[in-house]
Amino acid sequence: MNLTLHVWRQPGPDARGGMERYEARDISPDMSFLEMLDVVNESLVESGKPPIAFDHDCREGICGSCGMMINGVAHGPMRGTATCQLHMRSFGDGDTIYIEPWRSRAFPVIKDLVVNRSAFDRIIASGGFITAPTGSPQDANNIPVAKRDADEAMDAAACIGCGACVAACPNGSASLFTAAKISHLGLLPQGQPERERRATRMVAQMDAEGFGHCTLYGECQEACPKQISIDTIARMNRDFLVATRHEHEEKVLGGG
Amino acid sequence: MHPLAFYRSTIGKKIIMGVTGLIGIAFVILHMAGNLQAFAGPRKLNAYGAMLHGPLNELLWVLRIILIVAVILHVLMAYQLTMRSRAARPIGYEHREPQVSTLAARTMKWGGVLLLAFIIFHILHFTTQTVDPAGMRGMTDVAGDRDVYGNIVASFQIWWVAVFYIAAMIALGLHLYHGAWSSIRTLGYAKASPNPLHRRIALVVAIVVWLGFTLVPLGVIAGIIR
Repeated sequence: MNLTLHVWRQPGPDARGGMERYEARDISPDMSFLEMLDVVNESLVESGKPPIAFDHDCREGICGSCGMMINGVAHGPMRGTATCQLHMRSFGDGDTIYIEPWRSRAFPVIKDLVVNRSAFDRIIASGGFITAPTGSPQDANNIPVAKRDADEAMDAAACIGCGACVAACPNGSASLFTAAKISHLGLLPQGQPERERRATRMVAQMDAEGFGHCTLYGECQEACPKQISIDTIARMNRDFLVATRHEHEEKVLGGG
Repeated sequence: MHPLAFYRSTIGKKIIMGVTGLIGIAFVILHMAGNLQAFAGPRKLNAYGAMLHGPLNELLWVLRIILIVAVILHVLMAYQLTMRSRAARPIGYEHREPQVSTLAARTMKWGGVLLLAFIIFHILHFTTQTVDPAGMRGMTDVAGDRDVYGNIVASFQIWWVAVFYIAAMIALGLHLYHGAWSSIRTLGYAKASPNPLHRRIALVVAIVVWLGFTLVPLGVIAGIIR
């Protein structure tokens, strides 16, 4: 396969960037998308030009490192996969492919297609944890968890924090990410003690990072390589509302 | 949490939009049902108008104040959140292909602006009669009630008035198709669903409200209301 690529090139965080055109020759349809970029990069290096920088690590869709906008779609045309799981057989010979980094004020470009997703780490740090006693663990079956809760928590916990939800959202909202983290802990008994404080703090951090709001376009759920449902966003809002009411009651009653 | 912190958060603002939106939905359903009395003839409709402005006047004003506050909050939150989402992506994409967002979702902003313009025009047209394209200001019917019916008939015979009303009702239908569904979800009432983007109730609400309102100008154009 021969392809024409238009790739966002930006030498550094404060440098001006722009789209550059590259020809990708003799690409096998069995290559992954990242392998195709590797091939392009080899030819760039051979001709003494800087290779296209992109994030990648496991290349099997579980680490959440990779991610780019491919022809205007986060992680490209295949549903429920990260960029690394996309193969060139999804494209046709002679295709033109536009490749851009995630675009968000909260995800500044570091170089080319690499963005800084530390905003997600700060959202996690603000409330994405549980208090657990250290020392020897108790018996795993000591705390019963309803099957349905376990399933929903597991679905939410599948989030790999890649940032595709933010990239795909017309509002640049991080609601799906934050909601997934709030849901996966909030559904389980171990997550109950901090459940409400978690919701208010993580939402406050999400807002402080400068992400947009949620208007339920549904684009995030479609872009998510783990197909996390926007049902989690309703859950986040519910926890947030309940927390607001309870904190008010605590203040009135002088408790807490 | 401090009430001000609730107001400042994006979710707080969305919840305000959801609640005020639901108030609006309740209102348009009542308004639409009231309008359909046009098909029952001038006496029925004009007497209904006279009842609202006569014995129910205090109640009407309470509802008006609730509605005005709801509209102001709804528009203010929409404006603030829109500015916020613009700031959230200072550099846009060269290429972006929406995958699942509906036309209704994508037209919430500009459809909303059109609806605001329509609401202002509509109040000036039928409530205050400041805008009076059909020359019906101060007209009364045989019973001495304000001739709402006559204003409807005369106004919708003017092509641009009919077109504006019908276009605004298409915008309203789209606005409700997204809003009736998303407001409930924003408030956190959503059952786990294998396909959360499906919306049956919102579709029914949108079609009923759109059709109910649109039937009146169409009835005038078709000569059923005359």
